[in-house]
This record gives sequence, structure tokens and C-alpha cells, in this order.
Amino acid sequence: MATIDERAMLPDGLPEKPYRPPVLAPGYTPGTVTDKISSVVLAKTPRWWYVAFGLSFCVMMLFLASVTWLFAKGVGIWGVNQPVGWGFAIVNFVWWIGIGHAGTLISAILLLLRQEWRTSINRFAEAMTLFAVACAGMFPVLHLGRPWLAYWLFPYPNTMGLWPQFRSPLIWDVFAVSTYATVSLLFWYVGLIPDLATLRDRAKNRVSQIFYGFFSMGWRGSASHWHNYEAAYLLLAGLATPLVVSVHTVVSFDFAIGIVPGWHSTIFPPYFVAGAIYDGFAMVLTLTIPLRAAFGLQDFITTRHLQNMAKVMLATGLIVVYGYGIEIFFSAYSANRYEQFMILNRITGPYHLHWILLIVCNAIVPQLLWFRKVRTNPVPLWIVCMFVNVGMWLERFVIVITSLHRDFLPSSWGMYRGTIFDWGTFIGTIGLFLTLLFLFIRFLPMISIAEMRALTPGSRGEGMETPE
Amino acid sequence: MNESDDQKPGPPTEATDAIGRMGQSTPIDLEAVQEKLRAEPGPAMWRSLDELAGTPDFQEWLHREFPRQASEWVEPADDGVSRRAFLQLAGGSLGLAGLTACTKQPLERIVPYVRQPEEIVPGKPLYFASTHVHGGYGYGVLATSHTGRPTKIEGNPDHPASLGATDVFAQASVLDLYDPNRSQAIVNLGRIRTWGAFVNEASPLLKAQQALGGEGVRILTGTVTSPTFADQMKTILAQYPKARWHRWEPAAAHDEYRAAVAALGGPHDRIYDLTQAKVILSLGSDFLTQGPGSLRYSRDFSRGRQVRAKRPVMNRLYAVESMPTNTGTLADHRLPLPPDEVAGFALALAAALGVASGAPAAPLSPRAQQLVAAVAKDLQANPGASLVVADGYAPQAVQVLALAMNEKLGNVGKTVRYIRPVEADPVDHLRSIQELVIDLNAGKVEALFVLGGNPVYTAPADLGFAAAYQKARLRVHHGLYQDETAQLSQWHIPEAHPLETWSDARAFDGTASLVQPLIEPLYESKSAHELLGLFANQIDASAYDIVHAYWQKNLHAAGAAGGDPEAAFRKALHDGLIPGTAEPAVTAAVNGGAVAQAAASISGAKPDPQAITLLFRPDPTVYDGRYAGNPWLQELPNPMTKLVWDNALVVGPALARRLKVQIEDVVEVSIRGRKVKAAVWVQPGHADRSATLHLGYGRWSAGPVGNGRGVNAYALRTTDALWAVAGIGLKRTGDTFNLASTQNHHLLESGTDEMPTAEKEVMARRPVRTGTLPDFLKDPNLVHEKPGLPKTPETTGAEDLTLYPRYEYKGYAWGMAIDLNVCTGCSACVVACQAENNIPTVGKEQVLKQRAMHWLRIDRYFEGDPDDPQVHHQPVPCMQCENAPCELVCPVAATVHSAEGLNDMVYNRCVGTRYCSNNCPYKVRRFNFLRYSNHDVPVLKLRENPDVTVRMRGVMEKCTYCVQRINRAKIDTEVAGRTVVPGDVQTACAQACPTEAIVFGDNNNPAWESTKRKADPLNYALLEELNTRPRTTYLAKLRNPNPDLLGATPEGKRI
Repeated sequence: MATIDERAMLPDGLPEKPYRPPVLAPGYTPGTVTDKISSVVLAKTPRWWYVAFGLSFCVMMLFLASVTWLFAKGVGIWGVNQPVGWGFAIVNFVWWIGIGHAGTLISAILLLLRQEWRTSINRFAEAMTLFAVACAGMFPVLHLGRPWLAYWLFPYPNTMGLWPQFRSPLIWDVFAVSTYATVSLLFWYVGLIPDLATLRDRAKNRVSQIFYGFFSMGWRGSASHWHNYEAAYLLLAGLATPLVVSVHTVVSFDFAIGIVPGWHSTIFPPYFVAGAIYDGFAMVLTLTIPLRAAFGLQDFITTRHLQNMAKVMLATGLIVVYGYGIEIFFSAYSANRYEQFMILNRITGPYHLHWILLIVCNAIVPQLLWFRKVRTNPVPLWIVCMFVNVGMWLERFVIVITSLHRDFLPSSWGMYRGTIFDWGTFIGTIGLFLTLLFLFIRFLPMISIAEMRALTPGSRGEGMETPE
Repeated sequence: MNESDDQKPGPPTEATDAIGRMGQSTPIDLEAVQEKLRAEPGPAMWRSLDELAGTPDFQEWLHREFPRQASEWVEPADDGVSRRAFLQLAGGSLGLAGLTACTKQPLERIVPYVRQPEEIVPGKPLYFASTHVHGGYGYGVLATSHTGRPTKIEGNPDHPASLGATDVFAQASVLDLYDPNRSQAIVNLGRIRTWGAFVNEASPLLKAQQALGGEGVRILTGTVTSPTFADQMKTILAQYPKARWHRWEPAAAHDEYRAAVAALGGPHDRIYDLTQAKVILSLGSDFLTQGPGSLRYSRDFSRGRQVRAKRPVMNRLYAVESMPTNTGTLADHRLPLPPDEVAGFALALAAALGVASGAPAAPLSPRAQQLVAAVAKDLQANPGASLVVADGYAPQAVQVLALAMNEKLGNVGKTVRYIRPVEADPVDHLRSIQELVIDLNAGKVEALFVLGGNPVYTAPADLGFAAAYQKARLRVHHGLYQDETAQLSQWHIPEAHPLETWSDARAFDGTASLVQPLIEPLYESKSAHELLGLFANQIDASAYDIVHAYWQKNLHAAGAAGGDPEAAFRKALHDGLIPGTAEPAVTAAVNGGAVAQAAASISGAKPDPQAITLLFRPDPTVYDGRYAGNPWLQELPNPMTKLVWDNALVVGPALARRLKVQIEDVVEVSIRGRKVKAAVWVQPGHADRSATLHLGYGRWSAGPVGNGRGVNAYALRTTDALWAVAGIGLKRTGDTFNLASTQNHHLLESGTDEMPTAEKEVMARRPVRTGTLPDFLKDPNLVHEKPGLPKTPETTGAEDLTLYPRYEYKGYAWGMAIDLNVCTGCSACVVACQAENNIPTVGKEQVLKQRAMHWLRIDRYFEGDPDDPQVHHQPVPCMQCENAPCELVCPVAATVHSAEGLNDMVYNRCVGTRYCSNNCPYKVRRFNFLRYSNHDVPVLKLRENPDVTVRMRGVMEKCTYCVQRINRAKIDTEVAGRTVVPGDVQTACAQACPTEAIVFGDNNNPAWESTKRKADPLNYALLEELNTRPRTTYLAKLRNPNPDLLGATPEGKRI
């Protein structure tokens, strides 16, 4: 990809219209697209995959060990205490949920906006969403004092004649996150069906044929199939679109509804949604950049993709920075001594290093994305994304911990520190995430074959702007 | 230990010999073991099989039972297990099966009573009047019994030393009863024996001694006020005229005794009447929380200090002290001075009052001089209505001066009266134990009976008591625990807990009352009376027989005039006191010579201005160490330092700065070659040039709860310096030690520069609102958000901003009002709450992680200069907010509002999201992060209050205003066809409170004291600007400063 001089490809005499680099490198036909993508799945497993998968699996076992001990002993093995009742579990929950947002945004909103460049990254981003939501969804259950009673948060008919308490944002969370997980799964799966059929047809061994055949649900590629498929896909996109905004809005309510200084703020919903998209795109880039190099997919995930995602990051990042500013402004403007102390304590108190690091990671380093060279160069871009990943985790840490540790009564102030089990659980979910991800890239097409085929010249009358 | 060993040729060592024997005739050996076991005292043995582990028989049996190399299975011939061996083993197994069958779980019958025991209704508690004895002195209590299990102690409102209040020790004593680490069997040299075996050994010796007049018999007790015990001792000393009765009460006010003897000519006790005192000076005394009369003094003092708009009068308290005391925190003017300057202050004041001449050796600071002048003037202005209280632990000279000053001020007979000593046969304890050690070292002691004390741990270090003790031929220890003294005794006799046996005691004013059991002794234990029966050949006399017989004889004398002595005994038992036993006042005049001598000793002392004085004080929670095994008391925060589970070397900020030490730095404290290493605790308000080390820690035989906590102050305490020692050396070691404090621990973690931040915030947030009496008279609304305006929701910042109509509480509306003006921080409420609500202890590690479980905590705030701050105590239970932030956020409706305004917690429903705790601005919710309740030790289950759920792990819990008590009162009154009125119900904290700081009631009924308080302009709600509408409110704390001291002091400081 890097070898193609995109500007050189501008045909002479064409009217001066805004130049857009291609979303698919030239020279592909539907057949070669299919060959290229399906070969990742059907070819012999590369050795590095075993290594990477094995490592991820080991890290996931750390999660198993941590959670086993957690269930045996109770949440007291973590660092949570009085007054900091929520710790790593909630920080991680919000972080993971946020990461998922990019997937939904790419697949739903960009589809509706007919942003074609989304095609080559949407499958991957959706998968990432699912796995992130899987990681996120466990934390609210794990952090319960009595996790075996988590089902009490669902409104099911029961002999106690009791509903959940619908005024609690945690109940809204249950609905928001479970809806989000369901729609994301459906969306991802429906989009996969034509590709599963392709793999079924190309698979050489019986097991793969049965596996892909079962999940492709009898797809034959008939016109009526395509018609139904397109309608369903568009409907699901419509359903998923509000979720992009709603899920993190509801998650932000967990804090905003509380009266804790540092939580009780009306800016939280937009601020959280922007933060989630920011972080989500950072994570998509974090994972895409190495994978496209590993599988040689630079032709499908082009510089334009990287650029666009970096631009989204820059925009949402600025919204987040605006949020930080507004938080400080309003605490000063509120004339509320608790709010004022909270901000001062956040910036100068015992957790001031976290705050400074958060500003560096989320507000300062991403300003590099103003430079095209950074946006188009995978290595610096990847480094910036890592900063954002860390920064967004710190942001949630700062919101959860520094608000709680010194609230209203100075007699009850305290400190919080994550224990080895906090870290074990957190790092363990990263292991789980990567394990699922490696299974995904090995057994399912990580780029939508069907949609990529549609991008090849002539397939839809599009892509014609690039000469054959 | 295997086959090859068995066959190894050569001289049989003892081990191989034993194995050889074992290999041959298994069943016979087992039978022998069984036989041996059978010969041991039956029931006790099974609770302590490990006791047997030391015996060769047991180890042999153990080896069989759990064969590491399966020696039984191997025959000498290498052909595996023979038929014969198999049958032998099968037989042996059957035998063992029989053996183990004895330990099966006790059968629990759930059939109803065939014959209903009188008055026992399951679910309805009974209350019995009894006496709580602490340091020898008693006060009346009411013990709660649930189907035969004592579960809670309350004060006896009829008893003059209690008036219904309790202290932390009485509240915690019920846990001692069920302590699994209590001594459970008579032990002789590590072996469990029977009472009969002890009698068989002791009787001949006593008989022989009787012939010698008891020359070699010594009995050592603590302070004794029990009339029955004293009577028994009288009889014994008549029988054994040469026997000696020694006394050693490590934390008794020894110098109080000496001062009385020196100045009054006899060991008179002083009784204060604080209701009459308008101006009080405390010379280091903590009379509100320490000493046998403290509960009564607290109540009387509080009555003179509960300021209301309608009754804006208030006594005035001056405190001059080194270590900040609970009493000192209430002082209107408090001056921290090193101990020698406290003495100097006393002398200067005595001189100003004209009772003594002379001047302190080192001139007083200008500020102290100004205070002397002001106090003298104030005292003189209130003759007969003033009071000087010297610390019982202060030097004799200071106490003599205090006696003289009170006499001069005309207070004797008014605010202070003298009575004949309440202690039976009073002696100077220090001299008494010194004489005992001399006799021990001289080999004169044949038999030493230690009844109830722990002298090996508590005796002054220079006496070498432990070594001397072992020179007695027969050493018998009688106590609740196998403590340090028991370890060095041949015989240990378990003491019956006061809730298990009969006894009696006298209160600080002489009032006698009976101790009655509520339960059969849990273990094979004896009361002290039964043990003394040994001397009088009353081996089988029960404690009841002895106590009953004594009072049958003496009730008439005690003033229970006329009628049947049995009826009088029953009435005394029912009422919880014996009428007419209070000591009448006696007259005594202060001996001028003693005063002159006292003055001379103070003015003649040449204190080294650099010397650091170390003070020893009994610990506010574990006292002299006797409660070190009680987890409630170990985890009860020290009222001043808020430390739990450890003591520390408490120093003031000034000394810490000079020594360049910080909190948790370990220093070596040395005095005359004796050294201990202690962690430093910097306590604002502690005087310079002095440090305080509390007694009661550093024990080595106090069971798993008490062992190794803190440092042993007794190791530094010598006969010539029991309470203060000058010229100690302090050396930094470079080590640090983690101290667990329940408040502001994080401020220490994050460095000292964080302290001002917190202080500034405290000042801005005003959790404790303060004012002065003159200002209050000018503007009763001075404590509110907008002072000067009448109290309305708008002026207090508690506007209701909702659009909806407020919920109307039509029936009861429970509420609480806490008068901060009289809260001493004594913490009785905290332990009372713990006992009532089955609150678990969590241990030091969990406290360090900020997970203490107390539902009711006492916040302590400092105001002003760290060297001399004002200290405020603020009890914080659940506020029961009407607009409760916690309820809104619970996803499963586990915390809900009741129609009576209680913020109920449904433990069964809680899933443990902890959102409620995060959203609680008062942080009064407590979470079971781990399994804190002990479900494993059966005996501990007996203590739990059956009306309160024992919470499992993962569940949030909180104060409910003792909803179980409210519901009981509602049911009882409903049955009686009326409503709940004052007197029907009290929360545990309010009931225990000695100063009536906490009162509880129905906001809809103006008859309740709490409702009256809420109408007062001093009433405010904590964080009321949050519009949580708390049901718990506070009355602001007022100072009553001396107008003469309101101006700037020479040093520019407030006094």
C-alpha cells in the first residue's frame, strides 16, 4: 500500500473535485478479494498465531484464577473499601464498554451515512465490540458482593413479588448493556452470513464445511436472499444507531445520578459518549495496525482508513478535552464548596499524578493527530492510540476513585489502591479479549468479503473513479 | 519410623523400642489408650484433645490413627497384611469408632418444652439486675437474657453509679463470657485435672499451714469491694492469723489513697457532686470516663451543660493536662502542660487561693500565669459551687493541694464529700506487692493464691515478680484466662464469669449490689468465693450459698429493716442494689503540714527543662491489659487517637518536630536501662516535653486476639514511677510500624502536608458547629447558615426544592438528637451498638484497609493550633434521611424507606453493588467485604442477638435506629392498647450514653426529649444543604469562656 502514489493516479482532465484516496487498492476483482480474505481463514495456520493465541490464553487463565479466588473469598480481596465502594471493576467496566463503541459506530452510523471506507474495518470493529462488551459485562456481576444473585437485577416474575428498583441507574444499565450486546451480536452475525457461505463453499475439510455450513443458515446467494439480507442489515443498523448514544449515556448515569461531587454532573452523557468513541477508535487502530501488517491487508485497510479513524479520534478527543475544561469551569462557577474541593483535590490531591497522566495521554499527545504525517504513518499513529487507551482508563479511574475517596465528611476520607487481584482480573480480561480476537481472526473472515466485493470496480458502478 | 527401623539390630533406643512394642499388639495398646483417656476427666477432655498431644500415649494413638508409614499394615514377614493383623485392625477400628462417637455433635431437640420454664417465652427477652465489676468497683446493670443466654448488658437506672448508663467495659463484658479462648478447665502443669484433684493437693498443705498459723499462705487479689469476699477473708485471716492478704490493682489510683492518708488522716474516698459545681478545674483528671464514679459524674456534669434556648446556663470547665483526655475535650479552657508544669500550675493556683505558699521551681509561662489568675478568681467567685479535681494518677502533692483548695473554697460537703473507703481493708497496693515480693524472695511463701489478677504481666518491672513468683512452693492462679501468671503457676483454676456466678460488689459511693448469674457456667469454673471456701473447709459450698448466707446475716445491718431476710434478699436481687449501703459522708480536715510538704515538694523539685516525662495511663479500651483478649475492645478506636489493635507512644506535635519523628516511626524508649521499641503517634494537643504510653498491650499469653498487640508499657514501669517517669531517652530506630487508625489514616499516608487541607475543609464544611455561650445569648441562631435570622428551612439551607408534596408521616416519625455539648467521646455507644446489632470485628488488617464495621462511629475533629487544638467528638449513626440518597440508587430495592421514616436495610435482598454506600454523604453504611461474621465457633453464636440478622459476606449493613427494639415496643404497646411513649423504647446507643448526649424519640410526639431538642435553635442537621432531611440532628457545641480570658494571651493564643 505504502508504495502506491495515490496522487499520481488522478486522471487528467477530470474536474477538480475533492480528492479521496481509494478505500480499496486498485487491481482487485471480486474473485481476488474473496481469495485474499478467505485465504486468511482457510490457509494453514501461521506459526505466530499459535504463539499469540497461547500467550493470550495464558493471560486469560490469570482471569480464571483471579475470579476463582474472588468467588471463594469475596470482593474483599480487591482494594475496595469505605469510602471507595467502587474500584477497578467499575473502571474496567466503563473502559471496556467504551471500547465497544467504535464497532457500533462504524457498522451502524457510518453505514447509514454511506461511508464506504467503513467496509473493510466494520467486521473487525464489530467483533471487537462484541468481545469488549463480553469483558465489560462480567465486571458488574463480579463486583457484586453476592454475584450469584445477579439475576435479581432482571425484571423476572418471582415468588417474592418483587421488581427491581427502576429508579436506580444500575437497572438502566442492565437494559442498556444487554440490549447493546444482543443487537451487536445480531448485527455481526447477520453480516457474517454471506461470508460464512463463501467459506463453506471453499472449505476443503469436512469439519469446516459442517461448521460454516451450519452457521451460514442455508445461504445460497439468491436474489431474494440478498434482498432480505440487505433489508435486515439496514434495519439492524437503524436499531443499533441509537445504541451508540444510549449505552454510554446510561453508563454515565451511574455516576451522574449519584450525589457524589465529581459524579453529579449534567455534562456526563455527551462527555462519556465522546470518550467512548474516542477510546473505541483508538482500540480499533491499536488492533488493526498490527493485524493488517501481519496478514498483508494493506490493500483493504488503506491509509485512508487510518486517516479517517485518526480524524474521528481527534474530533472526539477534543470533545473530551472540552469536557475536562467544562468540569473545571463549572466547579468554580457553581460556588459549591464540595465541587470546588473535588476539582482541587483531583488536580493537586494524592491522585494528582493520575490526573496529570490522564491529561498528557488524552489531551496533549493526541494533538499530534493534527499532523497528516502522524495520521498516515502507522507506527506513530499506533503509539498515539496506546496513549489514548491508557488515558481513557485513567479517566475512568480518576472519575470513580478521586470523586469517592474524599467526598462530603472529612472524617470518612480514605485512599484506594488496586490489589494484585484487581490487576489480575483486569489483565485477565485483556487476555480473554485477545483470546476471542485471535479465535475470530483465525476462524472467521475479519473483513467482510461480500461488502468488499461490492467495492471492486464495476460491481455497483462505484469505484469507477479509479482507473482499471 | 518404618519397618527397617523396626528390624534394625543394635541397642534399642527409646524410639525404636516403642515402635517395636507398637508393632505387636495393636488392640491392647488402643485399649490402654482408651483406658487412659477414660481415666481423664470426661467432658473437658474432648474440647481439648490437643492438650493430650503432648503425652506419649496420645502421640502413639495419633500415630495409629493417622499412620504416616502405615506401620500397622506391615507384618514382620514380608507377605503383606495377615488375616490376624487385619482382624486386629478391624477390631481396633471398631474401638476407635466407639471412641470418636463420643464427640458427635450435640443433639438439638426442636420439641416444645414439656414443662414450660417459668417466664421464658422464646423471642421475649428477660432482664436481670446484676452488677458489673471493673477494677474492683461495681455498678448496677440489667443483663438481657434470650431463652437463657445473656446477650446484652444495660445500665440499671435505679443504681446510683449507673443511672441507666454503661461504659465500654460493661458493654463488652458479655463477649468475654462466650470467648472461645477463655480458660475452660482446671489445669495442673499443663494437664487437665479435676477440682477434686486440686483439693487433694491443696488441702493437706493448708492443713499443715493452719497448724503454723498460715505463715506461708499468701493471697493476692486486685481491689476488692465485695462484702462477701471481704467477710470470707476476715474469717480466713482469723483462721490463719499469720497469712497475708496482698493487693495489686495495676491501674488503681494509688496516689489518691496516699494523698488521702497524708492529708485527711485516713484513706477516705472523695465523692464529687457535679450537679452543684458551676466552675470545675481538672488537673489532668479524666473524671468523666475513668474511675469508678465516672458514669455518675458524666451524668451530673452533663446536666449542668445541656444548654437550651430556654435554659442558657452552663457550668465552666478548665482543664490543665498533658495527654488529652475525654474530659479535657469538653473544657472551655484547656491548657496542655508537661506533667511537672501541671504540678507547678497546681501550686501556683494553691498559692493564689491562699492555701499554700511557694512558687513552682520553674516559672510558669505567661499564658499559664494568666490562666492561674483567671481560674483563681473564678473559683473564688463560686465558693461551695466550684471544684478542683486532681487526676488520680497525678503525684500525691498535686492531689493534696487539690484537697486543700477544695476545702479552702468551701466545697467540702457541697461539691465534694469524703466517705469511708469503699475498698475492703484498704492498703497501699504498691507497698503490698513489694512486701509480697520480699517474702517470696525470702522463701517465706509456701502457697500463693493469685485471685483474679495477672501480676506476672502487671507488676512493676523492677520487682522481678515473675522470678520471685516461682519461689512460692504452691502457686495457684484463678482467672478467666490462662494468662501470663497462669503460665507460671502450677495450678490454674478457671474463674466463673460474672454472668455465670454469684457475687457482690460496691459502687464508688459504697452502694452494694449483687452479682447474679444468668446462665450455668459454660465450663468447669469456680468463683473466687468458692475458691476461698477451700480455706474454710467449705469445699463444696456454692457461690450462691456463700453470698446468700452472708446477706442473710447482713441485710438487716445494711438497713433493709424488718421482715423476712429472704424477701429482702429477693428484693435486693430484683432492684439491683441493697438500699442504705451508700457510705455516709464523714468529716475530715486537711492537714496543714501535709499541704506545706506538698508545696515544698513541688517548689523544691528541680525539673530538667529538657527532660521528657513519660506518662503511663490505663488504656481507654483494654484498660490494664485484662481486656486484651476482647476483640470488641481491641477494635474500639481509642477516643483520642482513634488507634485500634495497638498502643503507641503518644507525643505532641512539638516534641515530634523536635525529635524529627513522624507517625509510625519506631523509637526506642529507654529509662534506666529498660528499653522498649514503640511506634510514635503524634497527637495534637499533647503537651510538649512529655509522652504517653498506654498500659495493657504487648501481652504474650492473651490468646490469639490479644497476643503481641502493641508494646508492653509495664516493662518500663517501676515502683518509684508508676504513672510518670521523667528523663526518658527517645532514639529513632529508622524502622516504621503500621498503626491502624479508623480516622484520617490516609492523611498520614499521603504525608503531613495534607493535614492542613483536611483541616481547612473541616472548617469550611462545619460538620461540628460551635459557638460560645455569650454569643448564643446574643443570637440563638448563631450556628445556622444565616445567623441572626429565625430558624427556617431557608435560613438553615435545607430548603425543600421538590415540586411534589412531601410525604406525610402520620404515625411515628422516629428521630434522634445528639447534643455535641456533652459528648465526651467515651464510645460506650459504639460497643453498645456492636453488641445489640451483632456487628462483627474485622481485625487490624481490615481496619487498615478502611473496612471497620462499626455502624455508629465517633468522628473526632481538631480545631485550631495543632499544639493546642479544640477537640470535638461527633457520634455519627445513620442519619435516616427522609430524602435518602442511598435508596434511590439500589437496583434491587434492598434499602427502602419505612412509613415511620426509617431507612430500612433488607439484608436478604442485598446483592452488594455498594452504590448506596458511595451515594451516602455521611458514609455510615458498612459492607461485608469478606465473611466477617464468625459462623465457625459455636459458642460465639450464643451471644448473638436473636432479633438481628447475622449478615453474610457481600451484604451492606447499617444503623436502623435499633428497629428490632422499636418493633418490640410497638407490639408491646399495641397489645396494651396504647401508643409508644417516652420510656418505651431507646436505641442501644442512647441507652448506654452516660451523658444523655444521644436521645431518641418520635418527632411527631412533643413529649420526647429528642423532639424538644429538635425545636431548639441549637439544633442543626449534618450537611443539611444537601436537602437529605436527616432524622438524626445535632445540637451545636458551645463554649462557656471566662470573660477574663477572651482577650489575646501574652503569646497571642486562645486559652
